[in-house]
Amino acid sequence: MSKVYIALQDNEESRYIVEAIEEDNPDATVIYQPAMIRIENEGHLVIKRETVEEMMGRDWEVMALHVNLITLGGNVDEDEDQLSLTWND
Amino acid sequence: MSNRKLNMKDKYRLLTRDLEWEYSYQDYEEIFKQESFEGIKITDWSKWEDPFRLTMDSYWKYQAEKEKKLYAILDAFAQNNGQQNVADARYVNAIKLFLTGVSPLEYQAYNGFAHVGRQFGGVGARVACQMQSLDELRHVQTQIHAMSHYNKHFDGFQDFAHMHDRVWYLSVPKSFFDDARSAGPFEFMVAIGFSFEYVLTNLLFVPFMSGAAYNGDMATVTFGFSAQSDEARHMTLGLEIIKFMLEQHPDNVPIVQRWINKWLWRGYRVLTLVAMMMDYMLPNKVMSWQESFEVYFEEAAGSLFKDLARYGIEMPNYAADAIAEKEHLSHQAWGIFYNYGHAAAFHTWMPTDQEMDWLSEKYPNTFDKYYRPRYEEWRKMEEAGERFYNPTLPMLCQTCQIPMGFTDMENPTMTSYKQSVYDGERYNFCSTGCKDIFDHEPEKYVQSWLPVHQIYQGNCGGAEMEDVLGEYYKMNLGADNLDFKGSPDEARWNAWHNLEPAEDKLKKAS
Repeated sequence: MSKVYIALQDNEESRYIVEAIEEDNPDATVIYQPAMIRIENEGHLVIKRETVEEMMGRDWEVMALHVNLITLGGNVDEDEDQLSLTWND
Repeated sequence: MSNRKLNMKDKYRLLTRDLEWEYSYQDYEEIFKQESFEGIKITDWSKWEDPFRLTMDSYWKYQAEKEKKLYAILDAFAQNNGQQNVADARYVNAIKLFLTGVSPLEYQAYNGFAHVGRQFGGVGARVACQMQSLDELRHVQTQIHAMSHYNKHFDGFQDFAHMHDRVWYLSVPKSFFDDARSAGPFEFMVAIGFSFEYVLTNLLFVPFMSGAAYNGDMATVTFGFSAQSDEARHMTLGLEIIKFMLEQHPDNVPIVQRWINKWLWRGYRVLTLVAMMMDYMLPNKVMSWQESFEVYFEEAAGSLFKDLARYGIEMPNYAADAIAEKEHLSHQAWGIFYNYGHAAAFHTWMPTDQEMDWLSEKYPNTFDKYYRPRYEEWRKMEEAGERFYNPTLPMLCQTCQIPMGFTDMENPTMTSYKQSVYDGERYNFCSTGCKDIFDHEPEKYVQSWLPVHQIYQGNCGGAEMEDVLGEYYKMNLGADNLDFKGSPDEARWNAWHNLEPAEDKLKKAS
């Protein structure tokens, strides 16, 4: 199984997004690098709107992820409730 | 529930797919003239999936937010004299290389995506290319804005667009994009959308931006991340076009495989400039070229090609050649630029003792064995007042246009040299990858505008070095070029920080 990954700018908004990712993907690895945070996981990673909203304490659109996004690896599927990354191997 | 907001998928369908219409009085082939000549067979454009389902209204909303964040920081950087807070003045030469070598590629990408977007019969692909085209225009504009502040305080920034079209080492990135833009629309998408954006862009942007962050360059970190926030969408478009072509018709598979082989190698050769920037031009090091190559190429591309295996796509055979070079590439590139430091629009230098030790640690198999002795010799010459500049012009590879300085990985002190004969003329190549690319389309690559050939043919301002560098390239000789030691950049930096020039220190000590 290959790793999917996503990297976000290290800032106040991303902090909550990362917390939400950790909650929804308990096996994911979070790596702090200069000015950025990289999260990787075997085969699959999901970012759920509901969990991010809970962490932030306010409404949040999945598309707002793009403002802080640096890079990602994997097949993307996005709708209004979540963004997921997968490899089909 | 009649006023319920549309969900994302419905909104995307209505605002993107639903904009298409049936062509009733013009032939499809007349409207999309370039769609079929490359041999790619598309049977059903409606199968195109845009994973982000971005509509134009959301696009403007989030792009505006990104711009506001960016310009607030650029203002703060300029107002606080941010140029004085970079690690040391040598760092700024990495930014000169970026502005002259990379930013003009963003402009080429803007042109390229505007063009190919028009050529596709599918509305989903057309809208995605339109957005990417606008992104690329935003990137080149914000990069020029951000770096215009450095232009007020350092040499070498003033004529980046003029230089990009003429200077010998800038023909490497320029010819890469010219090659892609003069191909058909599907090949362009594999070249730029897939190979460059999906597989290689992380190796360009992430090290540059982390490097800027580690070296106190807030302006570059910010424009870099702002550009990179669009990059995830570009990468996804690149992957989508590949999957779409492969799913549309089995006859597409060998064509796509050949393009992937070609463009991964072409792109990798352009990244030679990044390899050298990472290992030699950042005073505060982030990671070595080898380390970032392992994470962003070997590991990431490895996962990608495993995923594409179900279509019958394989990792290009040249990947093994790139991997074999990872412990040599940056050292050989810096050696070339040190040789031709009088002909570059940025400064070069010999690494300090501390930097050489870092290189030994990061490259235990190669640095001390092959490169340190050469550097120590050059340093001795420099200390004797005879800094080495190579007065001859190098032979260039016909395909990648890099001077033929790479060596054979089986025998790392021998130049790697391949050749082909076409129409009675002999052509030279640095590698099997570059030779194969030429052999497949010789009639295209015999037309390459090779800077060294052009100089010898008298097309670059005259016969003397000064005519070429000063008149034709528009370098300010004695300011933009030569060693960092003794440069006006160094003098200004020392004056800002009340530092003594290294030479005065040496004199005092002796």
